[in-house]
Amino acid sequence: MKPSMMISVLFVVLCLTALISLSLGRYPVSVGDILRVMGLMVSDQPVMDEHQYLILKNILIDIRLPRITAAILIGAALSVSGAVFQSMFMNPLVSPGLLGVLAGASFGASVGMIVARSWFVVQLGAFSFGLIAVLAALAISSISRRDQLLMLILGGIISGALFTSLLSVVKYMADPYEQLPAIIYWLMGGLSAIDSVTVLAVCGPVLIGILSLLLLSGYLNVLSMGDEEARSLGVNVRFLRLLFIFLATIISSLTVVMGGVIGWVGLLIPHIARMLVGPDNRILLPAAALIGATYLLIADDIARLLFSIEIPIGILTSLVGIPFFALVVRNARKG
Amino acid sequence: MKLMTLISVDHVTYGYSRKPVLKDISLTFKRGEIVSLLGPNGSGKTTFLKLLLGLYRPQEGRVLFEGRSVSEIPPKQIARRIAYVPQFHRLAFGYRVMDVVLMGRIPHKPFFFQYSNDDQKAALDALERLSIDHLKDRPYTEVSGGERQMTLIARAIVQGADVFIMDEPVNGLDYGNQIRLLYRITDLARNGYTFIKTTHFPDHALWFSDRVVMLKAGKVIADGDALQMINRINLYNLYNTHIKVIELDDGAHICIPDGLRGQDNHCVPNDSFKVHELGA
Repeated sequence: MKPSMMISVLFVVLCLTALISLSLGRYPVSVGDILRVMGLMVSDQPVMDEHQYLILKNILIDIRLPRITAAILIGAALSVSGAVFQSMFMNPLVSPGLLGVLAGASFGASVGMIVARSWFVVQLGAFSFGLIAVLAALAISSISRRDQLLMLILGGIISGALFTSLLSVVKYMADPYEQLPAIIYWLMGGLSAIDSVTVLAVCGPVLIGILSLLLLSGYLNVLSMGDEEARSLGVNVRFLRLLFIFLATIISSLTVVMGGVIGWVGLLIPHIARMLVGPDNRILLPAAALIGATYLLIADDIARLLFSIEIPIGILTSLVGIPFFALVVRNARKG
Repeated sequence: MKLMTLISVDHVTYGYSRKPVLKDISLTFKRGEIVSLLGPNGSGKTTFLKLLLGLYRPQEGRVLFEGRSVSEIPPKQIARRIAYVPQFHRLAFGYRVMDVVLMGRIPHKPFFFQYSNDDQKAALDALERLSIDHLKDRPYTEVSGGERQMTLIARAIVQGADVFIMDEPVNGLDYGNQIRLLYRITDLARNGYTFIKTTHFPDHALWFSDRVVMLKAGKVIADGDALQMINRINLYNLYNTHIKVIELDDGAHICIPDGLRGQDNHCVPNDSFKVHELGA
């Protein structure tokens, strides 16, 4: 299949998955009704009675749509940043948390939970400490000018370890009856607390971040040939690397703002995308975005529907991700 | 063709002040030349190539390309004239040969870019010119070492470069591919391309180069016509090994280490060889 064709197919699959996810829930809504409600929102042809329309609109637009949008954004953002980091660090085993963004965001959010009762403070903490952790990794990496990639990885390990320890401190100090369970539950990741205000605030920057990365994806091929080769092709390696790290960090920390820490997506999905469309980042990135979005959407459907109580989605993505990843690696070795 | 100065290296020193990698090097390169850099491991050959490319900045002295200092020319402009063909490397991702060649168009593109049909055509033309167009959809990681070097040369052509800087181009290739690659280089040089390459094979320099530069411990110890410079004394100075250069009946030259015993086609190092090996 031609790559452009593949992207269209993946896009259609995502749309269908989103439509089906909209219809699934405690109160099932048929796809026909969904389309009718959507039709009513754009024109005012009365095709169903006012009361039913208001109920459906409340369920679909106010409750399910924000959550589905969040799942799509998170899945796409984590997968794209994972693919970017894997190419840039010339290592297929790298994930978006490499430079400490997830550890930093976890710490920031838990501090927010302790110092304030406001959800906004938690989100602000997650976002800002995600950035701070990556800045710390960059600062540590600048100690030595030799082998920038290796120094960045070391910086990320140090920064990640630092914020993980600080997170332990926060957990230790937290009130064990209310705050600690809240922190732990939040660290497992989940979309049950998502609201339309957050999604509306975050979706702009996430989409811009993803689109910018897609626009720059041609450079990732060159960067993954090694620094000096890239520079000999006239590419400003230092600037582009910082730009890629900046964009990937922004969108990764915004996923934490929306749904806590959701692991394995950013590692697993780029591999699946690579198996489908090959390693060329110009096609790999959009494919990873679409597959990641679909994957997280399905995972979230399972998380909210499988049992009468909701399963944290982070648990689900790692439990599914680990065996799946082993399978992918085995196939990749064969190919 | 009139040979004119293309690159001049003017009293260049590079490296830490106490133990510089390159010491006060002055050289000039002319259009259409094939220059081989010979030197033992760690003599500064690769560093020298990277200075020519503007990847490293000399601590002292300057590298001039057509009279302009390479550290002052914008990288994209350099890339349109000087191409780097790096040593055999392993890649984590198997991009298609075509995609690797397309990278050569980047110096001609704006910051946000998409490859146009013209870019695709240029890449295909280069692949055809080197008769490897049948490889265009194969993963770069799965073609042979010789084909990879050809891919990188195709990329250099697509860059529009007329100076090719190659780091041990035959490294890792089988003998047939080594010779084929060198013939290809000679062919391109006849069409006006300039090649500056490092090599560990004095034979290759004898057969396929116009000129050799011998580097030892960061200094140029010989520079000139390949046939004149590759001789017993220079080779001994360079490698600390006794090597004789023999002229064959048809006028070609080859290098042969001393101490090879003919009768049983068996290599037995003689005493002098051993002594100098230990002394090295």
